[in-house]
Amino acid sequence: MSVKEYIQNVYNGVTSLLKGMRKTGYYFFHPKEIITQQYPDNRSTLQLAERFRGEVVMPHDASNEHACTGCTACELACPNGTIKIITRFDTTPEGKKKKALDTFIYHLELCTMCNLCVEACPTDAIKMAQNFEHSVFDRSKLTKKLNQPGSKIREGVE
Amino acid sequence: MYTETAIISDNTLAGPEGELVINVGPQHPATHGVLHLVITLQGETVKKIEPHLGYIHRSIEKMCESLSYRQFIYVTSRMDYLSSHINNLGCAICVEKSMQIEVPQRAKVIRVLMSELTRIASHELWLGAMAMDLGAFTPFFYAFREREMINEIMEDSCGARLTMNYMVPGGVMYDIHPQFREKTKAFVKQFKQKVVEYDDLVTNNIIFQNRMKGVGILSKEDAISFGCTGPVARGSGLSCDTRKIFPYEVYADVDFDEVLETGCDSFARYMVRVREMHQSIRIIEQLIDNIPEGDFQAKTKAVLKPPKGEFYQRVETARGEFGVYIVSEGGTTPYRIKFRSPGFSNLSALDHMARGSKIGDLMATMGTLDLVIPDIDR
Repeated sequence: MSVKEYIQNVYNGVTSLLKGMRKTGYYFFHPKEIITQQYPDNRSTLQLAERFRGEVVMPHDASNEHACTGCTACELACPNGTIKIITRFDTTPEGKKKKALDTFIYHLELCTMCNLCVEACPTDAIKMAQNFEHSVFDRSKLTKKLNQPGSKIREGVE
Repeated sequence: MYTETAIISDNTLAGPEGELVINVGPQHPATHGVLHLVITLQGETVKKIEPHLGYIHRSIEKMCESLSYRQFIYVTSRMDYLSSHINNLGCAICVEKSMQIEVPQRAKVIRVLMSELTRIASHELWLGAMAMDLGAFTPFFYAFREREMINEIMEDSCGARLTMNYMVPGGVMYDIHPQFREKTKAFVKQFKQKVVEYDDLVTNNIIFQNRMKGVGILSKEDAISFGCTGPVARGSGLSCDTRKIFPYEVYADVDFDEVLETGCDSFARYMVRVREMHQSIRIIEQLIDNIPEGDFQAKTKAVLKPPKGEFYQRVETARGEFGVYIVSEGGTTPYRIKFRSPGFSNLSALDHMARGSKIGDLMATMGTLDLVIPDIDR
């Protein structure tokens, strides 16, 4: 390597470093282009995507009615055994026995949010909610009962 | 609990003529996960590298045998979590092949769009992590700025940021979000503006170039014999892009180039990935305005029962060729599933590439392999 090439190399090296530093310097003096979110502080204004999968919930309407028939399609669709459905037999006014949902047990600690249960549900009784802050002090708190106490199936849902 | 293993006893004994055995990993910040390398050194020169695997083995192949053909797809997101869409796609195509399901054209285009976005996101993360391996911390944030935009697109359309489970047998799970087109176009625009910053920060940097050029040589013949695929093999001039050789979905209709570099060194592999991002942008630009109308999912039976037989499908993930092999006995669950993961073969070439080089270059070489450990171990 001749002296000229050596000097050329040193010059190129220093310019390449300065080029990179100019770029970082640009962002140092333009704080508006920084896109970092301050997560726990901005919790009140946090916007999550509407399809975001955080946990499975069962929507109830104003008269405390849900749409779950207790068909166990979601239980069969779940790859991890997250859902356990306990059914009971109600007696209709005509005197017939009818299968109805007793308890919808949902193990959040086993759930991988794959959405297969929601896809499988024929009556759209369950959906995915946006809540993602699931940390608790005791693991047993993650086993949830999704149907509210005293709730019953909505009229007309078969 | 065991107290003595072969690795530990190797470590305590001095090797022949001043050889030194050191353990990198399993929890070393430079190995991107629980990869354990037992390195034999002579001074600063690497004599031998032995990767020890099994720290994140979850027996995914065995797990899949107990799951139905709809259920097992989500597990593959946990293998190569950076290109989970493409893993899911391979499984979905394999099940569709066995069931002879006709996928709507709209679903095919959406699948390709999502795959290419995933590829860019994966290469962005690799670029940041690669620069971090070499001691440059700042490029990581520049790369994550663009990756965050892709993650938001994924979150809108698929409902998750990393393990999407968006590909189902017969199409995709949901239709694309109404804002998908706008957001993707905004991403393409920003990517084209900002990608020059990577060149200023990383590619043209003199320290970076000196550490990458002529390091980690893998010749074309060795790449073939080690079974390397993806950017690792293409950096050695081996044409192996599954999208070109065995086109699936709509890759046969779009216009893109297979990126090839003949440098055979770390810098060539780096350039392959950077140029591949531009090709992915090219594919997205061609398809984003041409998403055909129609169904996003074909009508399939509730329980899938493929006929008796063996089925194989290969796809090109961000790391190389991913293969799904299903043996069906005609029941609701597969009899046997085998995944061919790209990372495993690429890792096997590490010993050959790094032997004889200095230990400081080992991390640079390993970074260009783009290892994802759950993909290697499964």
